[in-house]
Order: sequence, then structure tokens, then C-alpha cells
Amino acid sequence: MELGNQLLQYLLSGLSTGAIYALIGIGFSIIYNATGIINFAQGEFVMLGGMLTLFLMETLKLPLWAAIPLAVLLATLVGLLFERLAIRPLRKASPISLVIITIGGSILIRGLSMLIWDKDTHALPPFSSEEPIMIAGATVLPQHFWILGITVVLIGLNKWFFSHTISGKAMRACSYNPRAAGLVGIDVRRMVLLSFVISAAMGSLAGIIVAPLTMTSYDVGVMLGLKGFCAAIIGGMSSGIPTVIGGLILGVLESLGAGLISSGYKDAIAFVILLLILFIRPQGLFGKPESERV
Amino acid sequence: MRFRFTTLTTAALLLLTASLSFAAGTIKIGGLFSVTGPPAFLGEPERNTAKMVVDSINKAGGIKGQKLELVVYDTAGDATKAVQMATKLIKDDKVIAIIGPSTTGESMAVIPVAEREKVPLISCAAGSKITDPVKRYVFKTAQNDGLAVAKIYEYLQKHKQNKVAILTVSDGFGASGREQLKSLAGKFGMQVVVDDTYGPKDTDMTSQLTKIRGSQAQVLIVWGTNPGPAVIAKNAKQLGLKLPLYMSHGVSSKKFIALAGDAAEGVKLPSGKVIVSDVLPKNDPQKGSLLAYVKDYQKHFKAEGDHFGGHAWDGVMLVKAAIEKGGATTEGIRAGLEGLKDFHGIGGTFNFSAGDHAGLNKDAFVMVEIKNKDWVIAK
Repeated sequence: MELGNQLLQYLLSGLSTGAIYALIGIGFSIIYNATGIINFAQGEFVMLGGMLTLFLMETLKLPLWAAIPLAVLLATLVGLLFERLAIRPLRKASPISLVIITIGGSILIRGLSMLIWDKDTHALPPFSSEEPIMIAGATVLPQHFWILGITVVLIGLNKWFFSHTISGKAMRACSYNPRAAGLVGIDVRRMVLLSFVISAAMGSLAGIIVAPLTMTSYDVGVMLGLKGFCAAIIGGMSSGIPTVIGGLILGVLESLGAGLISSGYKDAIAFVILLLILFIRPQGLFGKPESERV
Repeated sequence: MRFRFTTLTTAALLLLTASLSFAAGTIKIGGLFSVTGPPAFLGEPERNTAKMVVDSINKAGGIKGQKLELVVYDTAGDATKAVQMATKLIKDDKVIAIIGPSTTGESMAVIPVAEREKVPLISCAAGSKITDPVKRYVFKTAQNDGLAVAKIYEYLQKHKQNKVAILTVSDGFGASGREQLKSLAGKFGMQVVVDDTYGPKDTDMTSQLTKIRGSQAQVLIVWGTNPGPAVIAKNAKQLGLKLPLYMSHGVSSKKFIALAGDAAEGVKLPSGKVIVSDVLPKNDPQKGSLLAYVKDYQKHFKAEGDHFGGHAWDGVMLVKAAIEKGGATTEGIRAGLEGLKDFHGIGGTFNFSAGDHAGLNKDAFVMVEIKNKDWVIAK
């Protein structure tokens, strides 16, 4: 097969993986912007999405279309509880303590999932057919379109929420200056809670749409979480388009790297990018250099 | 003087009672399995099986009238932990033989401990280097990777295919498989045209497969344990890859078929005989052990016995046979194992000798194919 088709295949594979990284990355950013902390339990919401869907389908015999919203709802509930029980009681704590709490939370969620379900890998059925589709010499699965489609819709909704609703605008206000936001009557704590709710919902949905392709198990959250974090860093912790682009860049580079150089470097690529960005452009690839935190 | 005398007598008495209680008591053996952690798919059936076999030995009257006691520790797939637990088994629990660990990496880490303390170690991992070169106290029950590679190459030779692409996982199992695939290629007239790897946690291998699709390869051999190979099978189907797909014995459990779904159809692999025990010819010497094991496992755990658990079955039964032959001491077990011939276990027919502590040949494997979500013997 000629190089052109190969490149197209790498690109398509990379874009669909990148879309997932983007969704997870946005989850990181939303919480970061509302609270100033990095929520390392973000990957666990991704895992919960996939595992809960599977659990609902197998134990309660729900059809896929019913299991998905219910799983997102349950994962969101976990996000809500996490904020109420682990983050809110310690609002006075320094960001570093809170970050460590999220790491603890992620280990707890992972451990409980392992005990409640099992240590095996499970496959989720695809949303529609499994027949590959040819695009100019490259092949993709219908599931890839689901991933890209759902990602686009989610990002659109996200954008609309932050620019056109009162709550969204209030959350943005909190991210610029929580004290000032509080002074004009915005309930900052409610906004923090809301940020966890949105992140958990987005993360779990990402975990669900990717599970038919990549399968899921109690520990998928670790790697996906880290990759999502990379995407958010590339995007300068923005909860909008820059993080999406960050995720897509990461996915495509990984795929190209695995195909053209060696797959041994696949994860290394992500982390080298992460380090480079942090060293050279800590404000993100698209951010303006600023001394103040945005 | 008097003080010294009392100390001596007390010491002598203590020694006497200690040896007495030892003789009248139980035979203690240790188990090191990664019941949690990434290799849990190995460790869990191994622990289950080992416990089940020890129980059934004790129910049947033990070994020469002595009860067998199994002390199991979870290594979580961590070599450091495996070494700690091995030391604990030897120093605190005073076991006279250890079964496990589950993975090659852990086994290599524990070997120096077993050699130093002179306690027989019967590893359940597949890596050839565990018993090559031969170490005095180290044996293994899992089939060598080299045997599985030889089985595949022999099959390809028969079907006149010689250009292979290999895709191996970047962990201990994959690295060992990759080494064998490359070093044995010449002997069977094979040519490795693509040599690529993937990470154990990778979720998309279309890049590697696209590269392989553009190559001269006639077949693709994937070396890994779940879930990677299932992802590869799915990706191959997605790409419409026409190459026949061969896998390692690392995926010969129903789990692989469940994960890969339709994409598993037509995949061929060398497998231990457990999964095809019911379709084996009647004159197969292992058939008796295999059917008994599968039935027992089903009864106890309501799950299908696989060959991973079989490694632990072999481990316990080999120790039993060695004790019956050489006596219930570390040296007795070591000598007993080394002299063991024609032991029809789950993994194969074991013939140990001073020069071979792995004991199996390539007849321990059969080539199987996945058809209609089940195993059939490949033609």
C-alpha cells in the first residue's frame, strides 16, 4: 500500500483517539478553572462510564441506549459526592493538598471498582454495526463516527453553556476571580460543585463511547487520564477549543509516531510533549504569556 | 557452668520438640501468585487451582499420611513484592517448596532467593530463561515460549508460508516471545519481515497494522496477553487485513473470544490442551488429568478451567510426586523432581532431568483455531 493511504489511516486513527483525549482534557480544565486544582480522579470518571454501562447491561439487562444515560447519571453522582465529601469540607486547604486528595480519591475509586466488579477486561458492544467503512484507502469503523460526532456535539454544548447561560458565565467569572465573583453574588461553592458535575458527566461519556473500541477495565482511567491531562496542558488549561486541538494533536502524533517510527515510543511521545510544553510554553500552545493565572 | 548446662539442655529439648512437631505436623508449601495487579488473570486461577488441589489431596489422606498446607501470598505482579514474599515464605513460614510466581519477571527476581536458601521453586511462568541455564533449585511448569513458537513455525512450514510479521507486547512475556520468534526463525526457514511492538495498555494498534499491511508479510504473529491481542484482532478486522492471524498461547482462554467477538474468528494459536480436552483423541496420555481438572474446576468455581490454573495444578501435583519419591525435605523434593519421568499433567507430559528443569517438549501444545466462538483443532 502506498504511503498516502497509510498516512490517511494514521491520521484517522489519531483523530478518533485524540477526540477522546480532548473530552477528558476538557474535564480537567473545567475543574481547574473553577477551583485552581488538577483533579487527578478525572480518569476514574472515564473508567466509571464504561464499567457502569457494562454493569447495567449485564446485571440489570438494560439495553445499551438505556444503560448509557443511566451510567452517565451514576458517574455524575459519584463526581458530585466526591466534591461534597472530599473537596468541599477542605475548601480552606491549599491547592496542593486538594490535588493530593484527588489522587487519593482516584486510588479509592479504582480500588472499589476492582472489588465491586473484577480485574478483567470487558468489551462493550458497538453502538451500531461493526462493518468497516472505506474512506479513500483508509478504513474506519462506524464507532469512530460516533466518537467524533458525540465529541463535536459535547464541545458545542460546552461552548454554548459557557458563553450563553447564566451558570456558565458565572463559572467563568469564578475562574477569573473567585473573590470578586463571590462579591457580586455568585455562589462560588455551587459553581465548584457544578464544575465537578460537568467534568464527571463528560469524562464518563468519553469512557462509554470509546469502550467498544478499546475495551474497559477497572484500571483504564490511569493512562487515559494522563493523556487527557497532556491534552489540557497543550491547550493551556482552556475549557474550549485549544484543549480540543491539544487532544487531536496528541492523538495524531501518537498514531504517526507508532506508524512511522516505532510504537515503543507511543507513550513517550505524549509525555515528551507534556514536558516540552511545561518547560517552554507553560501557558499552553495557544495562550499568551501572562504572569497572572487565568 | 550450671547456667550453660541448662541452656544447652533447653536448646536440645527445643530442637527435639521442634523436629518432633515437624515430623508429626503438616508439610508446608508456599504459593506466590499475582492474584491482583495486571497479571491477575494468571494469578487468580492459579491460586484457586492450587487451593483446590491441596484440599483434594488432604481429603484423600494427604501425602504419606501427612497433611499438606498451602500458604499463599499475593505478589500483585510486582517483582519487589514477590521477592519479599518469597523471603517471608522461607524465613517465617518455613515452607519446603514454593509454587509460583505467575510471571517471568517476578520469577527471575525470586530465583536468587530460592537458590541462596536452597528451597525448590516451581515457577508458573513461561519465560525460557527461568530454567535456561539450569538452576539447581528452579523448575517450571508453564510451557516454554520457544515450544509455542516452534509449534507455530512448524505449522507455517507445513502450509508453505515463510514471510512473517511479528507484533509483540512490550513486557516480559512479549520480549521473551519476540526473542524466540526471531532466534528460531532461521531454523524453520522463516523470514521476519516486520518486527513491531505495542504497549500493554495500548488501545489502538491500527498504526502498526497499517504498516504491516504495506509489507511483504504472509502471516501476522501477535505475541501478548489480553486485552492487547483482542484489540489487534478488532483493528485487523476494521482495516480489512487479509493476513492470517496467529496468536500466542497467552490468549488461549475463552476470555479472548469474548473480548474480540467476531474478530476472533479464524485466529489460530498454539495452546495447552486444557481448552480442547474434550475433543482430544482418546489415546492422549494427558486426557485423564485434563478432564478431571476441568470437571473439578467447574464444580468449585463455576468457571471454565484454563491452562493458567493448570500450571498451579502441575506445580502442586509435581511437589506431591516428588515428596512421595524423595521425602518431605527441600533436598528430597529437589531430587524427586529432577528424577521425575512421564508425569502426565495439565501443561503436558513432564520429563525432568539434571539438564532439563522445564521438562516439556512441543507436543505440550496443539494448534487450535477459533471457529463459531469455540476452539477446534487446526488442520
